[in-house]
Amino acid sequence: MKDSQITAPETAGTKKPKRFKFSFSRKQLCIPYALFLIMFVVFPLFLIVYYAFTDKTGAFTFSNFASFFTDTTKISTLLISVLVSIVVTLICLLIAYPVAYILSRMKRRIAFVLLLLFIMPMWINFVLRAMAMKELLSLIGIPLGSGANIIGLVYDYLPFMILPLYSTLIKMDRSLEEAAADLGAGKIKVFKEVTLPLSMHGIISGATMVFLPVMSCYVITDTFSGSTGFTVIGKLIAWCFLGENGTMTNINGGATISLIMLVILFVTMLATGGFNDENNARGTNL
Amino acid sequence: MKKNEKIIELIGLTRQFDDGVVAVDNIDLYVRKGEFITFLGPSGCGKTTTLRMIAGFDKPTSGKILLNGEEIGDLPPNKRPINTVFQRYALFPHLNVYDNIAFGLKLKRIKVTYADKDGKEVQRVEKLKKYEIAQKVEKALKIVDLEGFEKRSVSTLSGGQQQRVAIARAIVNEPEILLLDEPLGALDLKMRKDMQLELKEMHKKLGITFIYVTHDQEEALTMSDTIVVMKDGVIQQIGTPTDIYNEPKNSFVADFIGESNIFSGTMVGDKKVRFIGNVFDCVDDFAKNEKVDVVVRPEDVFLMDEDKGQVKGKIISSIFKGVHYEMVMQVGKSEVVIQDTIERQVGEKVSIFIKPSDIHIMAKEFSSNKYDGYITKKNTVCFGDGEFECDVTQLYPNSHLDEEGYLITAEGESIDLTDVDVNVEVGLKDIEISDDHELGGAIGSIVSMIYKGDHYQLIVRTEENEEDYVLDTEYTWNENDIVSVIIPKEKIKLSLKQEVKR
Amino acid sequence: MIKKFFSRGYIFLVLAFIYIPIFILVLYSFNSGKTIGVWQGFSLEWYKKLFEVQEIRDVVVNTVVLAVVSSVIATVLGTLGAIGIHYSKGKLGKTVKGMSQIPVVNSEVVTACALVMLLMILGLSNRSIFGLYVGHIILSAPFVVLSVIPKLKQMDSSLYEAALDLGATPTQALFKVVLPEILPGIFSGFMLAVTLSLDDYIITATLSPLNYDTISTAVYKAIALTTEKASEQVPIYRALTTIIFLITVAVVVVMNIRANKTVQDKRKV
Repeated sequence: MKDSQITAPETAGTKKPKRFKFSFSRKQLCIPYALFLIMFVVFPLFLIVYYAFTDKTGAFTFSNFASFFTDTTKISTLLISVLVSIVVTLICLLIAYPVAYILSRMKRRIAFVLLLLFIMPMWINFVLRAMAMKELLSLIGIPLGSGANIIGLVYDYLPFMILPLYSTLIKMDRSLEEAAADLGAGKIKVFKEVTLPLSMHGIISGATMVFLPVMSCYVITDTFSGSTGFTVIGKLIAWCFLGENGTMTNINGGATISLIMLVILFVTMLATGGFNDENNARGTNL
Repeated sequence: MKKNEKIIELIGLTRQFDDGVVAVDNIDLYVRKGEFITFLGPSGCGKTTTLRMIAGFDKPTSGKILLNGEEIGDLPPNKRPINTVFQRYALFPHLNVYDNIAFGLKLKRIKVTYADKDGKEVQRVEKLKKYEIAQKVEKALKIVDLEGFEKRSVSTLSGGQQQRVAIARAIVNEPEILLLDEPLGALDLKMRKDMQLELKEMHKKLGITFIYVTHDQEEALTMSDTIVVMKDGVIQQIGTPTDIYNEPKNSFVADFIGESNIFSGTMVGDKKVRFIGNVFDCVDDFAKNEKVDVVVRPEDVFLMDEDKGQVKGKIISSIFKGVHYEMVMQVGKSEVVIQDTIERQVGEKVSIFIKPSDIHIMAKEFSSNKYDGYITKKNTVCFGDGEFECDVTQLYPNSHLDEEGYLITAEGESIDLTDVDVNVEVGLKDIEISDDHELGGAIGSIVSMIYKGDHYQLIVRTEENEEDYVLDTEYTWNENDIVSVIIPKEKIKLSLKQEVKR
Repeated sequence: MIKKFFSRGYIFLVLAFIYIPIFILVLYSFNSGKTIGVWQGFSLEWYKKLFEVQEIRDVVVNTVVLAVVSSVIATVLGTLGAIGIHYSKGKLGKTVKGMSQIPVVNSEVVTACALVMLLMILGLSNRSIFGLYVGHIILSAPFVVLSVIPKLKQMDSSLYEAALDLGATPTQALFKVVLPEILPGIFSGFMLAVTLSLDDYIITATLSPLNYDTISTAVYKAIALTTEKASEQVPIYRALTTIIFLITVAVVVVMNIRANKTVQDKRKV
């Protein structure tokens, strides 16, 4: 038998003010993420410092640094890494800036389609991309070695440079250039005095997205070096951790090089102002 | 339901923000059931914070909020039978018009009493049924005149339509109180006028309490049953629109509500007040010689030919305002704003007449003497028909004087202060008077002496421009004594009227 | 006119630089022979093998499962983090945001090796599925945060209050109002997380169990180590690249058409 309704509905819950049982604050939602970061990101950084300054027995020592800075192959790898990074960054910039500049002056629709064409390869796995370039190089007969490495690195990192440059140039107020031309500046002068300084932000952002990863990108050097033995600093860290068969060989040495990498990162960020500008962070323009 | 029942009562309500700013300072207020009450004031006066505390978005630092006599200060907003129409509507962009309005209804749980098979009463908490929600939404849309808009996306609506949806979304929940936070602020003038009338109409139809917040005095006057004027977190006046307009309690209210001429005046006799160099009859009773603020509405000033009115002056500006002309007449140093339908030419000599009942007098909070003055070549200051020694370095922080009398600022710049206009302020206790006429900087006669319990308050008036010095003293003097006014150098507070060109 | 010609020509040249290697790979994926440059006739043999060889199927499944699962976790964690960061005005939000930037700017090698040290300290194996997933979440969660926060900033702050005002509890307000509003940000964060995971080599190579390969590590073994067995597989990876490329093109085209449609729909109204 069905229940029959005998009274009109009355509003529930408004008459008796009850204190809420469970008070919930929106900012507390970040606690799981915060704990995750502390556990897996921040704490391990301290471990790097710890292992960099201890030996295998756990005693405090500077010997890890001493052995790094006295080993000429390690030092030369570090220097070569920095040099290669600079060269690759500059080449990417030289290729990407005109691309971004031309795109930013096209009709929005066409520019958007072209931009997609430029970044679409990023969705293909980057080791596969490296494979494609390697096969092309062997097809046209360019030998493996430092030259091939630079081509491979530029090929993989070029889209990372185009994107931030494009987004800076497209946001730029075009009337500033017109104003400069109106005030009598020639085309070259307009570019040098107005466009370039105003796009500095994008240049720095793009450069940090290329410069730092290149130093640790040993996949490319492993692929393009062949028997020349050309490599980057990232390989040295990986070597300490991966060894011959993927077993750890020298945790203290790895931590030492990691710490040196962190210092380089810190200095680069300081120099480019990456700490106080959140838009400049690597990847935010993706 | 009695008309006079209090629905909301605020007792000693205070809200202090984390940065120490007191947004609402110990206010007491009640709202009657079914009333249209408006909180009016400039931005930062605490009106929105008060509203947010009633809604539950902000918690009071101290004090109580009573709803139907029960304390609700700790109740979260979702448990209060109060709904809000937000300043920028706050419609949910991902929902269409129907779902926006039905949002509250879908969350609502009601108690329904059933009889089970044994005839016992069983209570269940149920959701509203689909058709009930649809009926209510339809009704709400009808009230706001938006029938047929159910399926429209809110982003395709005009500002006025969004406004209506926001109102429908709030009233559909049948709240006891509807809060409206400057709801018409984003609309254009014409639309605003139409909505004012519609809201008023809606208030009549729904019969619920409206609490309205605005900074627009005209809006408040048009719509409200009661207006609460606020400033700096404090209630200045509560009253009907007519009361507030005709009998403003202080010069702030007078200035904020409508346009006003506000003059400093002095009572000179029984219902006689002196301002802009003339004695007027008035209807307010204040003690003789008391300093008062005099408020006259521009539309209450009658313009006449030169010799016919009470005060003579010259027209110095005239602007056509549509229905009337707004003219400014200069009398001595004072300016009188006048509204009249007949234009007088700039430069024309005229006179004015003000009816005694149109002169509103309010007590002045008198805590210090204030004068307009200027600096002389000798770095003294002239004001109040006198010349006094002063410390001019207080005009610029960390400055000093060089040997030639130029002021050197902290940045090392040199400034010539001669003839610079300054505001001068002197406290009541900082003025001394003496029979020796050589000692002081100004000379006047004592026109009033009032005993204030433990001291006398004296007014010394100069002969030339009838400037007054008000001072507190423990000594007795006689009225009409001629005395000199002495002010110690360090007690004269100076501030620049405007930045000096360097 | 000449200027236009030069600029078009330049764009074309750079695009050629980017696409020629890919096109050659695509072309030779249909070659019956193994060597690039020597055309031995059209064949779909490598595509057939792609689906037949168990190892390669495993690699693809590993890659996709890893990408999807780690991205889902990263998206939940990152979205909650972003909401928390946005609504905390004090130190908590700033600290979490700062910590969240560390993996973004740090190089992957250092992140991976730091994690290995942690696993060791905890007495866990340095190569495990657990470590691998944690590594991928570290990599992608900060990017979810970075794509959700702007959406929260764009949102009208009174929407949340409006929901409470209409009777929603804080949890209901969060799910019914805040979440739908930031959904586009969450979605693009998720897509970014998937992309990063699919593209990653270093974290996977450092943390994955020894016999566990993703596309990145498997292809690396084939092209860099050039062992006999690995180089056997290179032509199959050409076929894989072709398929990935086609999927990418299809996704881009579909998304473009949909974007155009919504723009036009909005214009109509």
